Amino acid sequence: MSTPDDLKYTASHEWVRRETDGTITIGITQHAQEMLGDVVFIDNPAPGRKLKQGEECGVIESVKAAADIYAPVSGEIIAANTELSDAPEKVNQDPYAAWMFRLKPDNPAEIDALLDAAAYQKVAAAEKA
Amino acid sequence: MAFIPHTEDDIQAMLAAIGAPDIDSLFDEIPQQLRNAALTQMPPPATEMAVLRLMRERAERDGSYLSFIGAGAYEHHIPAAVWQIAARGEFYSAYTPYQAEASQGTLQTLYEYQTMMASLTGLAVSNASLYDGASALAEAVLMAVRLHKRARRVLLPQTLHPVWRRVVKTIVRNQGIELVTVPYDPQTGHTAFAALPAGEFAALVVPQPNFFGVLEAVDELTDWAHQRDMLVIAAPNPTALALLRPPAAWGRSGADIAAGEGQPLGVPLAGGGPYLGFMTCREAHVRQMPGRIVGRTVDSAGQPGYTLTLQAREQHIRRSKATSNICTNQGLAATAATIYMALLGPAGLAQVARASHANALQLRDALTGIGGVAAPFSGSIFHEFVIQVQTPVAPVLQALQAQGILGGCSLVNDYKELGQALLVCATETKTAADIERYAENMARIIGRRFRPAPCAIKPA
Repeated sequence: MSTPDDLKYTASHEWVRRETDGTITIGITQHAQEMLGDVVFIDNPAPGRKLKQGEECGVIESVKAAADIYAPVSGEIIAANTELSDAPEKVNQDPYAAWMFRLKPDNPAEIDALLDAAAYQKVAAAEKA
Repeated sequence: MAFIPHTEDDIQAMLAAIGAPDIDSLFDEIPQQLRNAALTQMPPPATEMAVLRLMRERAERDGSYLSFIGAGAYEHHIPAAVWQIAARGEFYSAYTPYQAEASQGTLQTLYEYQTMMASLTGLAVSNASLYDGASALAEAVLMAVRLHKRARRVLLPQTLHPVWRRVVKTIVRNQGIELVTVPYDPQTGHTAFAALPAGEFAALVVPQPNFFGVLEAVDELTDWAHQRDMLVIAAPNPTALALLRPPAAWGRSGADIAAGEGQPLGVPLAGGGPYLGFMTCREAHVRQMPGRIVGRTVDSAGQPGYTLTLQAREQHIRRSKATSNICTNQGLAATAATIYMALLGPAGLAQVARASHANALQLRDALTGIGGVAAPFSGSIFHEFVIQVQTPVAPVLQALQAQGILGGCSLVNDYKELGQALLVCATETKTAADIERYAENMARIIGRRFRPAPCAIKPA
Protein backbone atom coordinates (compact mmCIF):
# COMPACT_ATOMS: atom_id res chain seq x y z
CA MET A 1 0.00 0.00 0.00
CA SER A 2 1.35 3.36 -1.03
CA THR A 3 1.75 5.76 1.88
CA PRO A 4 4.40 8.42 1.18
CA ASP A 5 6.63 9.15 4.19
CA ASP A 6 6.73 12.93 3.63
CA LEU A 7 2.99 13.36 4.22
CA LYS A 8 0.82 13.52 7.34
CA TYR A 9 -2.46 11.60 7.60
CA THR A 10 -5.80 11.52 9.40
CA ALA A 11 -7.75 8.52 10.63
CA SER A 12 -10.53 9.66 8.25
CA HIS A 13 -8.16 8.96 5.32
CA GLU A 14 -7.05 12.41 4.24
CA TRP A 15 -3.40 13.10 3.43
CA VAL A 16 -1.83 16.46 4.32
CA ARG A 17 1.24 18.02 2.69
CA ARG A 18 3.03 21.06 4.15
CA GLU A 19 3.88 23.67 1.56
CA THR A 20 6.84 26.04 1.86
CA ASP A 21 4.53 29.05 2.35
CA GLY A 22 3.02 27.57 5.51
CA THR A 23 -0.21 26.40 3.85
CA ILE A 24 -1.22 22.77 3.54
CA THR A 25 -2.61 20.70 0.67
CA ILE A 26 -5.19 17.98 1.30
CA GLY A 27 -6.31 14.92 -0.64
CA ILE A 28 -7.53 11.41 0.05
CA THR A 29 -5.25 8.42 0.45
CA GLN A 30 -4.58 5.47 -1.81
CA HIS A 31 -6.39 3.26 0.70
CA ALA A 32 -9.47 5.56 0.66
CA GLN A 33 -9.59 5.64 -3.14
CA GLU A 34 -9.34 1.84 -3.26
CA MET A 35 -12.20 1.48 -0.79
CA LEU A 36 -14.41 3.96 -2.65
CA GLY A 37 -13.92 2.61 -6.14
CA ASP A 38 -14.46 4.75 -9.24
CA VAL A 39 -14.89 8.35 -8.13
CA VAL A 40 -17.61 10.17 -10.12
CA PHE A 41 -18.06 13.48 -8.32
CA ILE A 42 -16.29 15.76 -5.89
CA ASP A 43 -17.92 18.53 -3.91
CA ASN A 44 -15.09 20.71 -2.61
CA PRO A 45 -15.39 23.48 0.00
CA ALA A 46 -15.53 27.05 -1.28
CA PRO A 47 -12.38 29.21 -0.86
CA GLY A 48 -12.76 31.64 2.01
CA ARG A 49 -14.62 29.16 4.18
CA LYS A 50 -13.28 28.84 7.72
CA LEU A 51 -13.20 25.35 9.14
CA LYS A 52 -12.66 23.75 12.52
CA GLN A 53 -10.56 20.63 12.82
CA GLY A 54 -12.69 17.58 12.00
CA GLU A 55 -15.47 19.61 10.39
CA GLU A 56 -17.20 18.10 7.35
CA CYS A 57 -16.28 20.20 4.37
CA GLY A 58 -16.83 18.16 1.23
CA VAL A 59 -18.21 15.02 -0.33
CA ILE A 60 -16.53 12.48 -2.54
CA GLU A 61 -18.92 10.30 -4.47
CA SER A 62 -18.06 7.03 -6.16
CA VAL A 63 -20.14 4.56 -8.12
CA LYS A 64 -20.91 2.69 -4.92
CA ALA A 65 -20.74 5.18 -2.05
CA ALA A 66 -20.50 8.78 -0.98
CA ALA A 67 -18.05 9.76 1.75
CA ASP A 68 -17.49 12.98 3.63
CA ILE A 69 -14.20 14.83 3.62
CA TYR A 70 -13.13 16.40 6.91
CA ALA A 71 -10.85 19.32 7.65
CA PRO A 72 -7.66 17.73 9.04
CA VAL A 73 -6.85 20.91 10.99
CA SER A 74 -8.58 24.23 11.65
CA GLY A 75 -8.05 26.99 9.12
CA GLU A 76 -9.30 28.82 6.07
CA ILE A 77 -9.77 27.33 2.61
CA ILE A 78 -7.54 29.19 0.15
CA ALA A 79 -8.03 27.05 -2.98
CA ALA A 80 -10.05 24.11 -4.30
CA ASN A 81 -8.89 21.90 -7.16
CA THR A 82 -11.45 22.75 -9.84
CA GLU A 83 -9.79 20.31 -12.27
CA LEU A 84 -11.46 17.49 -10.35
CA SER A 85 -14.98 18.69 -11.24
CA ASP A 86 -14.39 17.62 -14.83
CA ALA A 87 -12.01 14.77 -14.15
CA PRO A 88 -12.85 13.15 -10.78
CA GLU A 89 -11.19 9.92 -12.00
CA LYS A 90 -7.80 11.56 -11.35
CA VAL A 91 -8.37 10.71 -7.67
CA ASN A 92 -8.29 7.03 -8.63
CA GLN A 93 -5.37 7.39 -11.02
CA ASP A 94 -3.04 9.16 -8.59
CA PRO A 95 -4.59 10.15 -5.26
CA TYR A 96 -1.43 11.93 -4.06
CA ALA A 97 -1.29 14.17 -7.15
CA ALA A 98 -5.05 14.81 -7.29
CA TRP A 99 -5.20 17.23 -4.38
CA MET A 100 -8.63 18.45 -3.31
CA PHE A 101 -8.13 21.73 -1.48
CA ARG A 102 -5.53 23.98 0.17
CA LEU A 103 -5.92 25.38 3.64
CA LYS A 104 -4.18 28.07 5.67
CA PRO A 105 -3.90 26.50 9.13
CA ASP A 106 -4.79 28.47 12.26
CA ASN A 107 -2.44 26.48 14.45
CA PRO A 108 0.52 24.65 12.85
CA ALA A 109 0.86 22.50 15.97
CA GLU A 110 -2.31 20.69 14.90
CA ILE A 111 -0.42 19.44 11.83
CA ASP A 112 2.39 17.99 13.95
CA ALA A 113 -0.18 16.00 15.91
CA LEU A 114 -1.54 14.25 12.79
CA LEU A 115 -0.60 10.65 12.02
CA ASP A 116 2.68 9.83 10.30
CA ALA A 117 2.87 7.28 7.48
CA ALA A 118 3.56 4.33 9.78
CA ALA A 119 0.70 5.17 12.14
CA TYR A 120 -1.71 5.68 9.23
CA GLN A 121 -0.69 2.35 7.70
CA LYS A 122 -1.76 0.66 10.93
CA VAL A 123 -5.16 2.40 10.79
CA ALA A 124 -5.68 1.38 7.18
CA ALA A 125 -4.48 -2.19 7.78
CA ALA A 126 -6.86 -2.55 10.73
CA GLU A 127 -9.76 -1.51 8.46
CA LYS A 128 -8.81 -4.00 5.81
CA ALA A 129 -8.55 -6.86 8.28
CA MET B 1 -40.28 -16.94 9.06
CA ALA B 2 -40.25 -13.80 11.13
CA PHE B 3 -38.45 -10.81 9.62
CA ILE B 4 -37.92 -9.16 12.98
CA PRO B 5 -34.20 -9.06 13.64
CA HIS B 6 -34.35 -8.43 17.39
CA THR B 7 -34.72 -11.20 19.96
CA GLU B 8 -36.58 -10.59 23.21
CA ASP B 9 -33.15 -10.35 24.92
CA ASP B 10 -32.01 -7.69 22.42
CA ILE B 11 -35.14 -5.69 23.10
CA GLN B 12 -34.72 -5.90 26.88
CA ALA B 13 -31.06 -4.86 26.59
CA MET B 14 -31.97 -1.84 24.44
CA LEU B 15 -34.77 -0.78 26.78
CA ALA B 16 -32.41 -1.07 29.77
CA ALA B 17 -29.80 1.04 27.96
CA ILE B 18 -32.20 3.94 27.44
CA GLY B 19 -34.00 3.45 30.75
CA ALA B 20 -37.46 2.72 29.36
CA PRO B 21 -39.60 0.13 31.20
CA ASP B 22 -41.25 -1.28 28.08
CA ILE B 23 -41.86 -0.57 24.38
CA ASP B 24 -45.25 1.04 25.04
CA SER B 25 -43.59 3.74 27.10
CA LEU B 26 -41.69 4.89 23.98
CA PHE B 27 -45.03 6.14 22.64
CA ASP B 28 -45.97 8.13 25.77
CA GLU B 29 -45.95 11.45 23.94
CA ILE B 30 -48.79 10.35 21.67
CA PRO B 31 -52.06 11.34 23.42
CA GLN B 32 -54.12 8.40 24.64
CA GLN B 33 -57.14 9.25 22.50
CA LEU B 34 -55.06 9.04 19.32
CA ARG B 35 -53.76 5.54 20.05
CA ASN B 36 -55.12 2.47 18.36
CA ALA B 37 -57.55 0.79 20.67
CA ALA B 38 -58.76 -2.80 20.57
CA LEU B 39 -61.33 -3.32 17.82
CA THR B 40 -64.34 -4.24 19.95
CA GLN B 41 -67.00 -2.98 17.53
CA MET B 42 -66.02 -5.14 14.57
CA PRO B 43 -69.05 -6.37 12.64
CA PRO B 44 -69.18 -10.05 11.72
CA PRO B 45 -67.44 -11.17 8.52
CA ALA B 46 -69.31 -10.40 5.30
CA THR B 47 -69.16 -11.83 1.79
CA GLU B 48 -67.61 -9.94 -1.13
CA MET B 49 -71.09 -9.44 -2.57
CA ALA B 50 -72.42 -7.94 0.68
CA VAL B 51 -69.40 -5.66 1.14
CA LEU B 52 -69.64 -4.43 -2.44
CA ARG B 53 -73.31 -3.59 -1.97
CA LEU B 54 -72.64 -1.79 1.31
CA MET B 55 -69.89 0.27 -0.31
CA ARG B 56 -72.05 1.15 -3.30
CA GLU B 57 -74.86 2.29 -1.03
CA ARG B 58 -72.48 4.46 0.98
CA ALA B 59 -70.99 5.95 -2.18
CA GLU B 60 -74.48 6.80 -3.42
CA ARG B 61 -75.22 8.57 -0.17
CA ASP B 62 -72.43 11.05 -1.03
CA GLY B 63 -74.32 11.97 -4.18
CA SER B 64 -72.77 13.20 -7.39
CA TYR B 65 -72.11 16.86 -7.95
CA LEU B 66 -71.18 19.39 -10.55
CA SER B 67 -67.91 20.58 -9.01
CA PHE B 68 -66.38 24.02 -9.32
CA ILE B 69 -63.82 23.39 -6.59
CA GLY B 70 -60.17 23.54 -7.57
CA ALA B 71 -57.89 24.88 -4.85
CA GLY B 72 -54.96 22.62 -5.66
CA ALA B 73 -56.70 19.54 -7.08
CA TYR B 74 -58.29 19.86 -10.50
CA GLU B 75 -60.95 17.89 -12.34
CA HIS B 76 -59.86 17.22 -15.90
CA HIS B 77 -61.08 14.74 -18.44
CA ILE B 78 -58.92 11.63 -18.28
CA PRO B 79 -58.99 9.59 -21.51
CA ALA B 80 -60.19 6.06 -20.74
CA ALA B 81 -56.97 4.63 -22.17
CA VAL B 82 -54.88 6.25 -19.38
CA TRP B 83 -55.94 3.98 -16.55
CA GLN B 84 -56.67 1.05 -18.87
CA ILE B 85 -52.94 1.06 -19.64
CA ALA B 86 -51.71 2.15 -16.20
CA ALA B 87 -53.69 -0.69 -14.60
CA ARG B 88 -51.99 -3.38 -16.71
CA GLY B 89 -50.28 -6.01 -14.59
CA GLU B 90 -46.84 -4.86 -15.74
CA PHE B 91 -47.39 -1.43 -14.18
CA TYR B 92 -49.98 -2.03 -11.48
CA SER B 93 -47.92 -2.86 -8.45
CA ALA B 94 -48.06 -1.83 -4.84
CA TYR B 95 -44.38 -1.10 -5.10
CA THR B 96 -42.40 0.21 -8.06
CA PRO B 97 -39.82 -2.32 -9.10
CA TYR B 98 -36.46 -0.68 -9.73
CA GLN B 99 -34.37 -3.78 -10.37
CA ALA B 100 -32.85 -2.93 -13.73
CA GLU B 101 -32.53 -6.50 -14.98
CA ALA B 102 -36.24 -7.19 -14.37
CA SER B 103 -37.93 -3.81 -14.83
CA GLN B 104 -36.86 -2.20 -18.09
CA GLY B 105 -40.46 -1.28 -18.99
CA THR B 106 -41.17 0.49 -15.71
CA LEU B 107 -37.81 2.26 -15.75
CA GLN B 108 -38.30 3.39 -19.34
CA THR B 109 -41.75 4.76 -18.46
CA LEU B 110 -40.29 6.75 -15.57
CA TYR B 111 -37.51 7.98 -17.85
CA GLU B 112 -40.17 9.18 -20.30
CA TYR B 113 -42.02 10.83 -17.40
CA GLN B 114 -38.81 12.67 -16.41
CA THR B 115 -38.26 13.76 -20.00
CA MET B 116 -41.80 15.14 -20.22
CA MET B 117 -41.60 17.02 -16.91
CA ALA B 118 -38.20 18.43 -17.86
CA SER B 119 -39.55 19.67 -21.19
CA LEU B 120 -42.75 21.06 -19.60
CA THR B 121 -40.74 23.09 -17.05
CA GLY B 122 -37.80 23.72 -19.38
CA LEU B 123 -35.32 22.54 -16.76
CA ALA B 124 -32.62 19.99 -17.50
CA VAL B 125 -33.33 17.21 -15.02
CA SER B 126 -36.34 15.69 -13.30
CA ASN B 127 -36.68 13.10 -10.58
CA ALA B 128 -39.05 10.14 -10.89
CA SER B 129 -41.69 12.00 -8.75
CA LEU B 130 -42.30 12.62 -5.06
CA TYR B 131 -45.37 12.10 -2.87
CA ASP B 132 -47.42 15.18 -3.69
CA GLY B 133 -47.15 18.87 -4.54
CA ALA B 134 -46.96 20.13 -0.96
CA SER B 135 -44.19 17.78 0.15
CA ALA B 136 -42.36 18.27 -3.17
CA LEU B 137 -42.29 21.98 -2.43
CA ALA B 138 -40.99 21.32 1.09
CA GLU B 139 -38.22 19.19 -0.43
CA ALA B 140 -37.44 22.02 -2.86
CA VAL B 141 -37.09 24.42 0.09
CA LEU B 142 -34.68 22.03 1.83
CA MET B 143 -32.77 21.60 -1.43
CA ALA B 144 -32.46 25.37 -1.93
CA VAL B 145 -31.10 25.79 1.59
CA ARG B 146 -28.50 23.07 0.94
CA LEU B 147 -27.50 24.73 -2.33
CA HIS B 148 -27.30 28.23 -0.90
CA LYS B 149 -25.04 27.01 1.94
CA ARG B 150 -25.29 30.25 3.97
CA ALA B 151 -28.85 31.55 4.40
CA ARG B 152 -31.45 29.43 6.16
CA ARG B 153 -34.40 31.70 5.47
CA VAL B 154 -36.87 31.20 2.63
CA LEU B 155 -39.58 33.53 1.30
CA LEU B 156 -43.03 31.97 0.92
CA PRO B 157 -45.70 34.18 -0.63
CA GLN B 158 -49.08 34.35 1.04
CA THR B 159 -50.52 33.54 -2.37
CA LEU B 160 -49.09 30.03 -2.06
CA HIS B 161 -51.66 27.32 -1.22
CA PRO B 162 -52.30 27.61 2.56
CA VAL B 163 -52.11 23.83 3.00
CA TRP B 164 -48.80 23.72 1.16
CA ARG B 165 -47.49 26.47 3.44
CA ARG B 166 -48.50 24.40 6.47
CA VAL B 167 -46.88 21.25 5.08
CA VAL B 168 -43.65 23.11 4.27
CA LYS B 169 -43.62 24.54 7.79
CA THR B 170 -44.16 21.12 9.36
CA ILE B 171 -41.34 19.56 7.36
CA VAL B 172 -38.70 22.31 7.70
CA ARG B 173 -39.39 23.95 11.08
CA ASN B 174 -37.23 21.57 13.08
CA GLN B 175 -34.28 22.01 10.75
CA GLY B 176 -33.52 25.57 11.76
CA ILE B 177 -35.07 27.02 8.61
CA GLU B 178 -37.11 30.19 8.90
CA LEU B 179 -40.04 30.78 6.55
CA VAL B 180 -40.91 34.40 5.89
CA THR B 181 -44.33 35.22 4.41
CA VAL B 182 -44.62 37.77 1.60
CA PRO B 183 -48.04 39.48 1.48
CA TYR B 184 -50.04 40.02 -1.70
CA ASP B 185 -51.27 43.17 -3.37
CA PRO B 186 -54.98 43.50 -2.46
CA GLN B 187 -55.72 45.14 -5.82
CA THR B 188 -54.16 42.62 -8.20
CA GLY B 189 -54.07 39.45 -6.07
CA HIS B 190 -50.43 38.70 -6.87
CA THR B 191 -47.35 38.93 -4.68
CA ALA B 192 -46.69 42.51 -3.65
CA PHE B 193 -43.38 43.80 -4.93
CA ALA B 194 -43.20 46.57 -2.38
CA ALA B 195 -43.51 43.98 0.40
CA LEU B 196 -40.49 41.89 -0.62
CA PRO B 197 -38.14 42.16 2.35
CA ALA B 198 -34.48 43.10 2.46
CA GLY B 199 -31.94 40.71 3.96
CA GLU B 200 -30.32 37.43 3.06
CA PHE B 201 -32.57 34.57 1.96
CA ALA B 202 -31.81 31.20 0.38
CA ALA B 203 -34.79 31.18 -1.95
CA LEU B 204 -38.03 32.76 -3.11
CA VAL B 205 -40.99 30.48 -3.93
CA VAL B 206 -43.08 31.60 -6.91
CA PRO B 207 -46.41 29.85 -7.55
CA GLN B 208 -47.80 30.13 -11.10
CA PRO B 209 -50.71 30.68 -11.13
CA ASN B 210 -51.00 31.40 -7.44
CA PHE B 211 -53.62 29.99 -5.07
CA PHE B 212 -56.08 32.72 -6.11
CA GLY B 213 -55.73 31.59 -9.73
CA VAL B 214 -53.91 34.85 -10.48
CA LEU B 215 -50.74 34.89 -12.59
CA GLU B 216 -47.68 36.10 -10.71
CA ALA B 217 -45.19 38.56 -12.23
CA VAL B 218 -42.71 35.70 -12.59
CA ASP B 219 -40.07 37.58 -14.61
CA GLU B 220 -39.75 40.45 -12.16
CA LEU B 221 -39.82 38.12 -9.14
CA THR B 222 -37.14 35.86 -10.63
CA ASP B 223 -34.85 38.78 -11.48
CA TRP B 224 -35.42 40.36 -8.06
CA ALA B 225 -34.41 37.11 -6.32
CA HIS B 226 -31.40 36.41 -8.52
CA GLN B 227 -30.06 39.93 -8.04
CA ARG B 228 -30.05 39.15 -4.31
CA ASP B 229 -28.27 35.81 -4.67
CA MET B 230 -31.37 33.74 -3.89
CA LEU B 231 -32.57 30.65 -5.69
CA VAL B 232 -35.96 30.73 -7.36
CA ILE B 233 -38.31 27.82 -6.70
CA ALA B 234 -41.17 27.74 -9.19
CA ALA B 235 -44.41 26.06 -8.11
CA PRO B 236 -46.34 25.88 -11.38
CA ASN B 237 -49.58 24.18 -12.33
CA PRO B 238 -48.45 21.68 -15.00
CA THR B 239 -51.55 22.19 -17.17
CA ALA B 240 -50.96 25.95 -17.21
CA LEU B 241 -47.41 25.33 -18.47
CA ALA B 242 -48.87 24.23 -21.79
CA LEU B 243 -49.71 27.91 -22.36
CA LEU B 244 -47.34 29.86 -20.11
CA ARG B 245 -43.60 30.27 -20.44
CA PRO B 246 -41.74 27.45 -18.63
CA PRO B 247 -39.99 28.30 -15.34
CA ALA B 248 -36.60 27.92 -17.01
CA ALA B 249 -37.49 30.95 -19.15
CA TRP B 250 -38.62 33.21 -16.29
CA GLY B 251 -36.78 36.51 -16.10
CA ARG B 252 -33.24 36.88 -17.36
CA SER B 253 -31.88 33.67 -15.86
CA GLY B 254 -34.84 31.34 -15.23
CA ALA B 255 -36.03 29.51 -12.11
CA ASP B 256 -33.55 27.11 -10.51
CA ILE B 257 -35.97 24.47 -9.24
CA ALA B 258 -39.58 23.68 -10.16
CA ALA B 259 -41.79 21.67 -7.82
CA GLY B 260 -45.51 21.13 -7.80
CA GLU B 261 -48.56 18.93 -7.98
CA GLY B 262 -48.83 16.52 -10.90
CA GLN B 263 -52.44 15.44 -10.18
CA PRO B 264 -53.96 17.47 -13.06
CA LEU B 265 -52.05 15.19 -15.45
CA GLY B 266 -54.34 12.18 -15.51
CA VAL B 267 -54.91 11.47 -11.82
CA PRO B 268 -58.57 11.55 -10.71
CA LEU B 269 -59.77 13.61 -7.76
CA ALA B 270 -59.64 11.59 -4.56
CA GLY B 271 -59.77 12.65 -0.95
CA GLY B 272 -56.24 12.29 0.31
CA GLY B 273 -54.75 11.16 -3.00
CA PRO B 274 -52.64 9.37 -4.03
CA TYR B 275 -51.39 12.28 -6.12
CA LEU B 276 -47.84 12.93 -7.27
CA GLY B 277 -45.28 15.62 -6.67
CA PHE B 278 -42.98 16.62 -9.50
CA MET B 279 -39.57 18.23 -9.24
CA THR B 280 -37.13 19.42 -11.87
CA CYS B 281 -33.96 21.52 -11.62
CA ARG B 282 -30.86 22.80 -13.35
CA GLU B 283 -28.30 20.13 -14.18
CA ALA B 284 -25.74 21.77 -11.88
CA HIS B 285 -28.05 21.11 -8.91
CA VAL B 286 -28.86 17.47 -9.63
CA ARG B 287 -26.75 16.11 -6.76
CA GLN B 288 -28.86 18.06 -4.28
CA MET B 289 -32.16 16.89 -5.81
CA PRO B 290 -34.06 14.40 -3.63
CA GLY B 291 -35.83 11.30 -4.89
CA ARG B 292 -35.08 8.67 -7.45
CA ILE B 293 -33.69 9.42 -10.89
CA VAL B 294 -33.81 7.01 -13.81
CA GLY B 295 -30.96 7.30 -16.29
CA ARG B 296 -30.45 5.95 -19.79
CA THR B 297 -27.30 4.00 -20.48
CA VAL B 298 -26.05 1.12 -22.63
CA ASP B 299 -25.65 -2.50 -21.57
CA SER B 300 -22.64 -4.74 -22.18
CA ALA B 301 -23.91 -5.43 -25.72
CA GLY B 302 -24.23 -1.72 -26.49
CA GLN B 303 -28.04 -1.79 -26.34
CA PRO B 304 -29.88 1.11 -24.67
CA GLY B 305 -31.08 0.37 -21.17
CA TYR B 306 -32.48 2.16 -18.14
CA THR B 307 -31.37 2.12 -14.54
CA LEU B 308 -31.58 4.17 -11.37
CA THR B 309 -28.73 6.62 -11.29
CA LEU B 310 -27.03 9.05 -8.88
CA GLN B 311 -28.05 6.79 -6.01
CA ALA B 312 -25.20 7.97 -3.81
CA ARG B 313 -27.50 10.91 -2.84
CA GLU B 314 -30.08 8.51 -1.52
CA GLN B 315 -30.92 7.13 1.86
CA HIS B 316 -29.90 3.51 1.28
CA ILE B 317 -26.34 4.64 0.52
CA ARG B 318 -25.88 8.03 2.14
CA ARG B 319 -27.87 7.15 5.28
CA SER B 320 -28.60 10.14 7.54
CA LYS B 321 -26.83 12.51 5.14
CA ALA B 322 -29.09 11.65 2.20
CA THR B 323 -30.71 14.52 0.32
CA SER B 324 -34.10 13.35 1.60
CA ASN B 325 -35.91 10.79 3.70
CA ILE B 326 -37.98 10.06 0.63
CA CYS B 327 -36.44 7.15 -1.19
CA THR B 328 -39.35 6.11 -3.33
CA ASN B 329 -41.73 7.73 -5.81
CA GLN B 330 -45.38 7.72 -6.87
CA GLY B 331 -44.72 5.14 -9.56
CA LEU B 332 -48.31 4.42 -10.56
CA ALA B 333 -49.49 8.04 -10.59
CA ALA B 334 -46.35 9.02 -12.53
CA THR B 335 -47.13 6.23 -15.00
CA ALA B 336 -50.66 7.58 -15.47
CA ALA B 337 -49.28 11.12 -15.92
CA THR B 338 -46.86 9.84 -18.56
CA ILE B 339 -49.63 8.09 -20.50
CA TYR B 340 -51.90 11.14 -20.15
CA MET B 341 -49.23 13.49 -21.51
CA ALA B 342 -48.32 11.04 -24.28
CA LEU B 343 -51.97 10.70 -25.37
CA LEU B 344 -52.65 14.45 -25.34
CA GLY B 345 -49.33 15.65 -26.66
CA PRO B 346 -48.25 19.29 -26.34
CA ALA B 347 -51.12 20.51 -28.56
CA GLY B 348 -53.72 18.51 -26.63
CA LEU B 349 -52.49 19.76 -23.29
CA ALA B 350 -52.57 23.33 -24.61
CA GLN B 351 -56.16 22.72 -25.76
CA VAL B 352 -57.12 21.57 -22.24
CA ALA B 353 -55.46 24.64 -20.75
CA ARG B 354 -57.07 27.02 -23.24
CA ALA B 355 -60.57 25.54 -22.78
CA SER B 356 -60.18 25.70 -18.98
CA HIS B 357 -59.05 29.32 -19.17
CA ALA B 358 -61.97 30.26 -21.47
CA ASN B 359 -64.51 28.52 -19.21
CA ALA B 360 -63.14 30.24 -16.11
CA LEU B 361 -63.39 33.66 -17.77
CA GLN B 362 -66.94 32.90 -18.87
CA LEU B 363 -67.94 31.75 -15.39
CA ARG B 364 -66.32 34.79 -13.79
CA ASP B 365 -68.27 37.11 -16.10
CA ALA B 366 -71.50 35.25 -15.37
CA LEU B 367 -70.99 35.34 -11.58
CA THR B 368 -69.75 38.91 -11.28
CA GLY B 369 -72.76 40.00 -13.34
CA ILE B 370 -74.91 39.08 -10.35
CA GLY B 371 -75.70 41.86 -7.86
CA GLY B 372 -73.89 41.19 -4.60
CA VAL B 373 -71.03 39.22 -6.25
CA ALA B 374 -67.70 40.88 -7.03
CA ALA B 375 -64.20 39.83 -8.13
CA PRO B 376 -61.71 41.53 -5.79
CA PHE B 377 -58.56 41.03 -7.92
CA SER B 378 -57.64 42.66 -11.21
CA GLY B 379 -54.76 40.29 -12.04
CA SER B 380 -54.97 37.91 -15.02
CA ILE B 381 -56.16 34.42 -14.17
CA PHE B 382 -55.63 30.90 -15.47
CA HIS B 383 -58.62 28.68 -14.65
CA GLU B 384 -59.55 29.78 -11.16
CA PHE B 385 -60.61 33.07 -9.53
CA VAL B 386 -61.81 34.64 -6.29
CA ILE B 387 -65.26 36.12 -5.80
CA GLN B 388 -66.64 37.98 -2.82
CA VAL B 389 -70.31 37.69 -1.89
CA GLN B 390 -72.35 40.14 0.16
CA THR B 391 -73.72 37.41 2.40
CA PRO B 392 -72.00 34.67 4.45
CA VAL B 393 -70.23 32.11 2.23
CA ALA B 394 -71.11 28.97 4.16
CA PRO B 395 -74.91 29.10 3.66
CA VAL B 396 -74.40 30.05 -0.01
CA LEU B 397 -72.26 26.94 -0.56
CA GLN B 398 -74.80 24.86 1.34
CA ALA B 399 -77.67 26.15 -0.81
CA LEU B 400 -75.68 25.45 -3.98
CA GLN B 401 -74.90 21.95 -2.76
CA ALA B 402 -78.60 21.32 -2.27
CA GLN B 403 -78.91 22.03 -5.99
CA GLY B 404 -76.16 19.52 -6.82
CA ILE B 405 -73.44 22.14 -7.25
CA LEU B 406 -70.15 22.39 -5.38
CA GLY B 407 -69.65 26.12 -5.72
CA GLY B 408 -66.01 26.49 -4.73
CA CYS B 409 -63.58 26.57 -1.84
CA SER B 410 -64.34 28.98 1.00
CA LEU B 411 -61.45 31.34 1.79
CA VAL B 412 -63.06 32.56 5.01
CA ASN B 413 -60.68 30.72 7.33
CA ASP B 414 -57.40 31.15 5.45
CA TYR B 415 -57.87 34.70 4.14
CA LYS B 416 -60.03 36.50 6.70
CA GLU B 417 -59.11 39.89 5.24
CA LEU B 418 -61.00 38.99 2.06
CA GLY B 419 -64.27 38.72 3.98
CA GLN B 420 -66.88 36.38 2.51
CA ALA B 421 -64.67 35.10 -0.30
CA LEU B 422 -64.81 31.99 -2.43
CA LEU B 423 -62.28 30.39 -4.79
CA VAL B 424 -64.00 29.09 -7.93
CA CYS B 425 -62.57 26.93 -10.71
CA ALA B 426 -63.80 25.88 -14.14
CA THR B 427 -61.83 23.39 -16.23
CA GLU B 428 -62.50 22.04 -19.72
CA THR B 429 -64.95 19.57 -18.14
CA LYS B 430 -67.60 22.29 -17.74
CA THR B 431 -70.08 23.05 -20.51
CA ALA B 432 -71.83 26.35 -21.24
CA ALA B 433 -74.97 24.80 -19.72
CA ASP B 434 -73.05 23.92 -16.51
CA ILE B 435 -71.80 27.49 -16.22
CA GLU B 436 -75.29 28.85 -16.80
CA ARG B 437 -76.72 26.47 -14.21
CA TYR B 438 -74.20 27.64 -11.60
CA ALA B 439 -74.82 31.33 -12.37
CA GLU B 440 -78.62 30.94 -12.30
CA ASN B 441 -78.56 29.19 -8.93
CA MET B 442 -76.09 31.69 -7.54
CA ALA B 443 -78.26 34.62 -8.68
CA ARG B 444 -81.32 33.08 -7.06
CA ILE B 445 -79.53 32.24 -3.79
CA ILE B 446 -77.77 35.59 -3.49
CA GLY B 447 -80.90 37.48 -4.62
CA ARG B 448 -82.87 35.84 -1.80
CA ARG B 449 -80.36 36.88 0.86
CA PHE B 450 -78.90 40.05 -0.52
CA ARG B 451 -80.97 43.19 -0.94
CA PRO B 452 -79.14 46.36 -1.98
CA ALA B 453 -79.47 49.20 0.54
CA PRO B 454 -82.83 50.90 -0.01
CA CYS B 455 -82.72 54.15 -1.88
CA ALA B 456 -82.92 57.10 0.49
CA ILE B 457 -85.22 59.03 -1.79
CA LYS B 458 -88.65 57.47 -1.82
CA PRO B 459 -90.67 57.79 -5.03
CA ALA B 460 -93.36 60.38 -4.66
